[in-house]
Amino acid sequence: MAQPLVKKDDDRDDEAEYSPFMGIEKGAVLQEARVFNDPQLDPRRCSQVITKLLYLLNQGETFTKVEATEVFFAVTKLFQSRDVGLRRMLYLMIKELSPSADEVIIVTSSLMKDMNSKTDMYRANAIRVLCRITDGVLLTQIERYLKQAIVDKNPVVASAALVSGIHLLQTNPEVVKRWSNEVQEAVQSRAALVQFHALALLHQIRQNDRLAVSKLVTSLTRGTVRSPLAQCLLIRYTSQVIRESASNSQGDRPFYDFLEGCLRHKAEMVIFEAARAITELSGVTSRELTPAITVLQLFLSSSKPVLRFAAVRTLNKVAMTHPMAVTNCNIDMESLISDQNRSIATLAITTLLKTGNESSVDRLMKQITNFMSDIADEFKIVVVEAIRSLCLKFPLKYRALMNFLSNILREEGGFEYKKAIVDSIVILIRDIPDAKESGLLHLCEFIEDCEFTYLSTQILHFLGIEGPKTSDPSKYIRYIYNRVHLENATVRAAAVSTLAKFGAMVDSLKPRVFVLLRRCLFDSDDEVRDRATLYLNTLGGDGEVVETDKDVKEFLFGALEIPLVNLETSLRNYVASEEAFDINSVPKEVKSQPLAEKKAPGKKQPTGLGAPPAAPPSTVDAYEKLLSSIPELASLGKPFKSSAPTELTEAETEYAVNVVKHIYDRHVVFQYNCTNTIPEQLLEEVSVVVDSSDAEEFSFVLSKPLRSLPYDSPGQTFVVFEKPEGVPAVGKFSNTLKFIVKEVDPNTGEADEDGVDDEYQLEELEVVSADYMQKVGVSNFRNAWESLDADLERVDEYGLGPRESLAEAVNAVISLLGMQPCEGTEVVASNSRSHTCLLSGVFIGNVRVLARLQFGLTGPKEVAMKLAVKSEDIAVSDAIHEIVASG
Amino acid sequence: MALSSFRDACPTVKNILLLDSEGKRVAVKYYSDDWPTNNSKLAFEKALFTKTMKTNARTEAEITMFDNYIIVYKFIQDLHFFVTGGDDENELILAAVLQGFFDSVALLLRNNVDKREALENLDLIFLCLDEIVERGMILETDANVIAGKVAVNSMDPAAPLSEQTISQALATAREHLTRTLFQ
Repeated sequence: MAQPLVKKDDDRDDEAEYSPFMGIEKGAVLQEARVFNDPQLDPRRCSQVITKLLYLLNQGETFTKVEATEVFFAVTKLFQSRDVGLRRMLYLMIKELSPSADEVIIVTSSLMKDMNSKTDMYRANAIRVLCRITDGVLLTQIERYLKQAIVDKNPVVASAALVSGIHLLQTNPEVVKRWSNEVQEAVQSRAALVQFHALALLHQIRQNDRLAVSKLVTSLTRGTVRSPLAQCLLIRYTSQVIRESASNSQGDRPFYDFLEGCLRHKAEMVIFEAARAITELSGVTSRELTPAITVLQLFLSSSKPVLRFAAVRTLNKVAMTHPMAVTNCNIDMESLISDQNRSIATLAITTLLKTGNESSVDRLMKQITNFMSDIADEFKIVVVEAIRSLCLKFPLKYRALMNFLSNILREEGGFEYKKAIVDSIVILIRDIPDAKESGLLHLCEFIEDCEFTYLSTQILHFLGIEGPKTSDPSKYIRYIYNRVHLENATVRAAAVSTLAKFGAMVDSLKPRVFVLLRRCLFDSDDEVRDRATLYLNTLGGDGEVVETDKDVKEFLFGALEIPLVNLETSLRNYVASEEAFDINSVPKEVKSQPLAEKKAPGKKQPTGLGAPPAAPPSTVDAYEKLLSSIPELASLGKPFKSSAPTELTEAETEYAVNVVKHIYDRHVVFQYNCTNTIPEQLLEEVSVVVDSSDAEEFSFVLSKPLRSLPYDSPGQTFVVFEKPEGVPAVGKFSNTLKFIVKEVDPNTGEADEDGVDDEYQLEELEVVSADYMQKVGVSNFRNAWESLDADLERVDEYGLGPRESLAEAVNAVISLLGMQPCEGTEVVASNSRSHTCLLSGVFIGNVRVLARLQFGLTGPKEVAMKLAVKSEDIAVSDAIHEIVASG
Repeated sequence: MALSSFRDACPTVKNILLLDSEGKRVAVKYYSDDWPTNNSKLAFEKALFTKTMKTNARTEAEITMFDNYIIVYKFIQDLHFFVTGGDDENELILAAVLQGFFDSVALLLRNNVDKREALENLDLIFLCLDEIVERGMILETDANVIAGKVAVNSMDPAAPLSEQTISQALATAREHLTRTLFQ
């Protein structure tokens, strides 16, 4: 262990803080810069002054315009000196001063002279300086020299020109593009770094030409690239080519062999770049992944922290999509939990949490508890999030995980960290019914000593919704009423609302709640008093035990069905007018589409306290609101299920459209979310024409076009189909977007009067059996299974034919049925020859369905399955078998 | 900056920092607009220094992730070396840049690597930074090459003696003499 340098001489102790720049002052240094004007230049002295100037700039000192100009002019005098060291400092100084255009002219000729000097060092540096300060006009003058420099036999000169080219490409692309031939020659250079710089520039010149990039990659992957850095670049370009050609290729992936070959390169940076590229291939198979995982696993036990970090970070990402592929590394990963480097330890923990199975949860939790105290908040948040998803995966383990969360909730921590924990507990309470009571109590204890007003109010709100539904709501009252005594006005007001909710929902508590609310009438804050008065009056505060009117409950605690923006506008109008305010006059139509931002995560990523808990899975609720706000659709009733959005256009096309399928008992509604990505266009009368000739059981009912679709503000159009009631009809639909285009003047934002009819082909969409199934889990599958009568069970066996792996077969069946895997049974242990998977869901008609799937390998890659289905309706059990039989 | 916005682009260095054992600047170089003001730069340096000061980065380079940046770092005596890259950057490439910087400074300071020596040869450190990265693009990572480019001898070898004026020749001779005397 090296200590800070111990000075040997005693007399140096006093000046331990000695610095050659001690007491340095800008004014004095600027004075000193006069030596640049001396007729007899002293190169050493001048170098020292430049160093001082650079030091000042480096410490954050700034020169005024006048000072900078003076220094610049003085510095230019130094071109007279032939001292190489001074010249180098001079170059640095010019770059640092970044002179203005009229000043540049002064040094141009000197620099151009240096650019053609016999000294390589002068040439290289002069090129860099000149290209840094040059403008377009000057560039054309020196272009000829730059082209020569690119193929200069001195690698430093060639690199200087190439790197300058990379920067100039941003400002003067048309000039740099003319250098292609020279750059191409430089790619073949024997000097490693020249090759790297040339390749980078060549790719940037051609990056918009897919074919050219593809050709470049093809030729270079066959040849030899000497520099590891250049090889890394080539790997990046190769992945880009793979990505872009992915859609049209079948069978073996092009260039995969090249990437795999790079895993055996001698430079670690190349091995890692290749491994990372492989793990990021879209739709990567486990066969393709294996070699990459193997080298990353080796890195895990390296003595170099950087290598361990790089490997564990990449494996962590892989674990999100392919947890099984990473399980082989679990032993190495566990030893990293005690790694000195806390970033590595955290990544290892979260990876293990993603790949672990039910039996390892307790052991992991023990290790994590020891380690939580000495990591930073940001890492703790990562761990908390990982634990939340683990808990949702293994609901039976909720006790251990909930305890862990409540323990860390009690410890010190910042707002973001506490919020992450509270959000996690809220989500667990919502998704795991057994965890509700203990979770609510943990939250109650937390608000007894919570320094964050936001969290207190959110928790109180949540308590008001969940508390009255528990077996013994009265035990929460104490915690809530304590808030009225001890907290600030915001929290007190929230506590009053929560109390009122208990009073409204639980009739037996009403008299006691009224007593407490009456005390709040004397609060020092008007909001608290107002709320108490309102609740007492609307709930009937005369102390009688009466059932609260449903309308009152709806009025006080129901969700506000009106977009806040619309309400605000209406209220503004009201303030200015004489008329009485009528809430019903506020328009309910949502102006901009809030769903577009949320897209895919849907149900799977609960949003915690951020979204009001009154609307549990927020997406579904938002859909419901949207649908019920449209009269034609509201009459259909409530949708049974809304699918995740499916993209019907490729990314970055003119119009982005995705579709959400809403399934009703007798209807299907397609909600097309459209976005216009062209600023110069306004689309009107947007509708989707659907051809249902491949979907015989469906008949067209109506289409609701979108009146106008301005740039970048998403809107929806709907199409409704009728189908036989309760039948899981399937079919394919082809879609065409129809609209009227109007040109928009980009300056004024006004649209032309006249529009042109146009249409745009969208991709097909399909209604599949899984659309009729809600993913609803059960926390104890065995209990649920046994509670259903044995008569309702249907068992059959199926051969699934040759499959890539057992895991692949399991996943295929799960996605075919669209059911929720329970108790983590969707994860197949590697090398196992059989597997049991438990699924649960609710089928159209609100019929609960449970399925037990037993998979086994019968031959090489041949998979057989025994499927046992139980549901509340025997016909549904049969229907599930039919789906599998036909799927 | 189009350069740093996507992975397909070149490896990009966001900054190189050389701080002392109290987190003060010895020499720093920023190549990215992520820190537009001197205050934001100082804040970054302070946060980074506090976060890393207790770690042992003396035998092997260490690494951390912070504010969505990857930072590799190494300490020697009272000097702390840092190289920062985007959070998508290949960590090993950043480590190569750090190693190049660290080793070339050691070569230039003849293995007396501490703050005092670094400040006394600050011109060499600035030149060194200039030879490693140009506006975020890696120029060179081989310490021997970097140090070789920085430590050129003082006279222009290409200039014939006849072109020098008498006074210049005298100045050169005088300087030569003082150097030999003081060595």
